[in-house]
Amino acid sequence: MLKTIAEFKRAGRVEAINTLIPYAGLVGLEAFTDEGGLVAVLRFRETNIGNPVLRAVHGGVVGALLEHAAILHLLAETDVQVVPKIINLSVDYLRSCRAADTFARGRVIRQGRRVANVRVEAWQDTPERPVAAAHAHFLLIDEGAATS
Amino acid sequence: MSDATHSPQIARARAAFEGIPHCQHIGMQITELMPGWGMITLPYSPRLIGDPRSGVVHGGAITALLDTMCGVVVIATIPDCQEVATLDLRIDYLHPATPGLDIRASAECFKVTRAIAFVRGVAFHEDKAAPIAHAIGTFVFATATAQTRPPAADLSGGQPC
Repeated sequence: MLKTIAEFKRAGRVEAINTLIPYAGLVGLEAFTDEGGLVAVLRFRETNIGNPVLRAVHGGVVGALLEHAAILHLLAETDVQVVPKIINLSVDYLRSCRAADTFARGRVIRQGRRVANVRVEAWQDTPERPVAAAHAHFLLIDEGAATS
Repeated sequence: MSDATHSPQIARARAAFEGIPHCQHIGMQITELMPGWGMITLPYSPRLIGDPRSGVVHGGAITALLDTMCGVVVIATIPDCQEVATLDLRIDYLHPATPGLDIRASAECFKVTRAIAFVRGVAFHEDKAAPIAHAIGTFVFATATAQTRPPAADLSGGQPC
């Protein structure tokens, strides 16, 4: 049985990493792989609602989806040797995130020796109508100088 | 307590907060709230863990806490605020949260225009001088009384907080 994120990466099963993360179970974060690579999913749950009038998903949970998608993308699509540590995340909220499943895909803009810059977009019906977009920086070394 | 903490907009902000299912689900509580400033506490829970090896809370829970805190402060700051949506939110993760400890977030609304509010926030355990994360956000709002209320289409553009 695979017990660490590094083991899941070595086994090529990044999409199953959510099973290790209690918060992923709490809000309904999952992932799958399609022809374009790894897609992170935020399942709709009533407990994720942030605006009961519009029945819209909480912006913080959308932020969690974007962060999760960026980390999974780095693990799945690059040769990083450690679990990337997030340095910062900047989210633009583009549309109301309705009461439905939400998807997100990451793209590495620049991967240096120590830091990666990742763009992520989240959508519901179609990627052409994103509900949120983010860029984030991740630390790729274990020294932890920037975040610990 | 000062009169400011009992104003209609504070009552409106508290009611809006109490009605957010996600905030209730993860146990957020308003600690202090006044026009322009507030504090919310997120009790530690193993359900919030993002790093199974260390037990550190997921960044998403901190993002949700800071987004909520900033949005609630906007409602608490603007008289007769009817709708608030997050336009953008930037989070700097400064230090991992300590497993087992509650996380607090405070935020101040430092500038308001006719339709936009600018807010900055910080997440920490006990000491604001030892922050876990900083946030800066921009929010679009609408009031019931404003003659210059933006069209509804504009307001649907952001993420309600």
